[in-house]
Amino acid sequence: MITTDAPRDAVEVIVGFARRLGQDGLAVPPTRVHAMLEALGELGAESLGAVYWAGRVTLCASPEDIECYDRTFAAYFSGRPPPAVRRTAVTPIYRPGAVPADPAAPGQGDDVDSPPQRLATASRIEVLRHRDLAGLTADEKAEVHRFISALTPAVADRVSRRMHAAPSGRVDPHRTVRAILRHGGEPVDLRRQRPLRRYRRVVFLVDVSGSMAPYADTMLRFAHAACRTRPGTEVFTVGTRLTRVTRQLQGRDPSAALSAAMAAVTDWSGGTRLGDELAAFLDQWGQRGTARGAVVVIGSDGWERGDPTLLGEQMARLARLARAVVWVNPHRGREGFVPSTGGMRAALPHLDHLVAGHSLAAYEELAGLLGGTGQARERHGGRHA
Amino acid sequence: MVDTAYTGDIASPEELAARLDEAGYLADDGLATAAFLALRMCRPLFVEGAAGVGKTSLAQALAVVLDAPLIRLQCYEGVDAAQALYDWDFPRQVLHLRAAEAAGVTDVGRIEHELYDRRFLLARPLLQALETTPSVLLVDEVDRADDEFEAFLLEVLSDFTISIPEIGTIRAETPPTVIVTSNRTREVHDALKRRCLYHWLAHPTFEREVAVIRRRLPGISERLADDVARAAHRLRDAGLLKPPGLAESIDWAAALSALGATELDADLASRTLGAVLKYQEDTERVLESVGDLVISGGQP
Repeated sequence: MITTDAPRDAVEVIVGFARRLGQDGLAVPPTRVHAMLEALGELGAESLGAVYWAGRVTLCASPEDIECYDRTFAAYFSGRPPPAVRRTAVTPIYRPGAVPADPAAPGQGDDVDSPPQRLATASRIEVLRHRDLAGLTADEKAEVHRFISALTPAVADRVSRRMHAAPSGRVDPHRTVRAILRHGGEPVDLRRQRPLRRYRRVVFLVDVSGSMAPYADTMLRFAHAACRTRPGTEVFTVGTRLTRVTRQLQGRDPSAALSAAMAAVTDWSGGTRLGDELAAFLDQWGQRGTARGAVVVIGSDGWERGDPTLLGEQMARLARLARAVVWVNPHRGREGFVPSTGGMRAALPHLDHLVAGHSLAAYEELAGLLGGTGQARERHGGRHA
Repeated sequence: MVDTAYTGDIASPEELAARLDEAGYLADDGLATAAFLALRMCRPLFVEGAAGVGKTSLAQALAVVLDAPLIRLQCYEGVDAAQALYDWDFPRQVLHLRAAEAAGVTDVGRIEHELYDRRFLLARPLLQALETTPSVLLVDEVDRADDEFEAFLLEVLSDFTISIPEIGTIRAETPPTVIVTSNRTREVHDALKRRCLYHWLAHPTFEREVAVIRRRLPGISERLADDVARAAHRLRDAGLLKPPGLAESIDWAAALSALGATELDADLASRTLGAVLKYQEDTERVLESVGDLVISGGQP
């Protein structure tokens, strides 16, 4: 297929391959394509094995990339259809596509500015603020979402190991000696340094199972607002499988980011195996560092199809790693709520906060709560008994 | 931009694999190809994988193969230029200044020139690697460092030069062979990955694990190596908090071999689990059904 004596053809084949990768979801910048051609030059392109490895070490940058690369490689270089993709096509019973593409939605565009209209909007929002998200029409929900996107949820900073110059604090030997040198060896004054403050990471685990359908998209909106406020925020969805949607939520435009995230999640409105998914999160990400010292926000109603004991074990593990664990349960806002679901009962001993997530007001409270979380060592006293 | 690569006289991935084998490191096709390309293309090799699959030992073996010193930079949060690139030896500079004054030297220009002499410069790992030819530079666990560190690492690895304002630019005659490892506790910046060749190191297959154990512990019985590799594979499938890596199974085999064992039985396994499992919860779980670990034959 590729011969070394026809280098032009090889370039065309590889560029075509890169384009195909792009279509399949692995975007490859030209510099990497160039690196692959260089690698092929070193290996010689007589065997498919050489082509495979030349591409894999230059075009991929994570295990997920390799998965995609393997599929596309098989399809492109053998002409046969790719091996059956494991993604099961779940028919979305509920797909929050009702997210407005444009904040100034048509229909209410022009006359929004006139004073009576604005008053009407203000009072409508007051009413909406406390209504349960499950009972809202698509238009009302879009309005609530605009307010959620305007929130700036962030947790208190943490103290870094890195130092920076400051007027008071510990003596900085480097700068002090440098100052002495500058003054011809006379000890003039002591320079000082202080530890820098850094963002503390927030990790969202959003339940996207059927029972959470009316609330999951709002929770993702909130997570997107957090991503925009603080880089380094991580977002995962849990249902029947764990999906990392951090990358999809990076854009500034909430609607575009949410559509991208929803496209990446394949288990909307399926069942929940919270314990298994939490274990997967902790194994693949949490224990290695993502959850360490972080504030973890779990958005779920605690309907657990699997064994609640497993969920309890994994929650204990999470609580040991994380700085604080906040559980957002939409049913918490209802009157007479008791944490009666099996999952909720298993998780309760390991939580720092159990809060509501059923209305705009609840999310505003959550944003305020996060602002005060992780500051002091509140966990030992603060955890529910 | 960079000069010719230092590759010894290695002509193909197969040859590199054979030479790594001589150095006690068994590399499969993918890893040998990735390492070979890193040598030939003068690019850093970014190796990711679970803890204990042999990322660090790859750098050590490459150093043996290339007969070059291994220079290691262990990353941690807050690692900065003074710890990774270079630093001035301030106390000695002050002493020098005092001595010059005491000796009555009045030529200010000369003192100043002497103060920033090369002998007062402390070379940290990155500078050391540029100045040592040939050398293997291991940037270990880069995911533990922070963004600022990645930024200047990127600068050094892009053109293998370091600029020191008082002295000038120091350029590597021959770029060092660079291995960057990550346990993937966080996503390393794309710009850094783009500079590197990427290789994902998975847990070894049963056959390779047996081969590696026997390679690292030549005195061990064939049966024991088989048993340990099989048990390690079962432990990896058992959903533990910390599944054992290749490093742990080598440790375990070494521990068993130190006890004079020639095969694994339930009693020996439970006494030596501390070599392979590092969480109390894991140990308790495995002890409940330790017999399953040591059933020989069947699927590993």
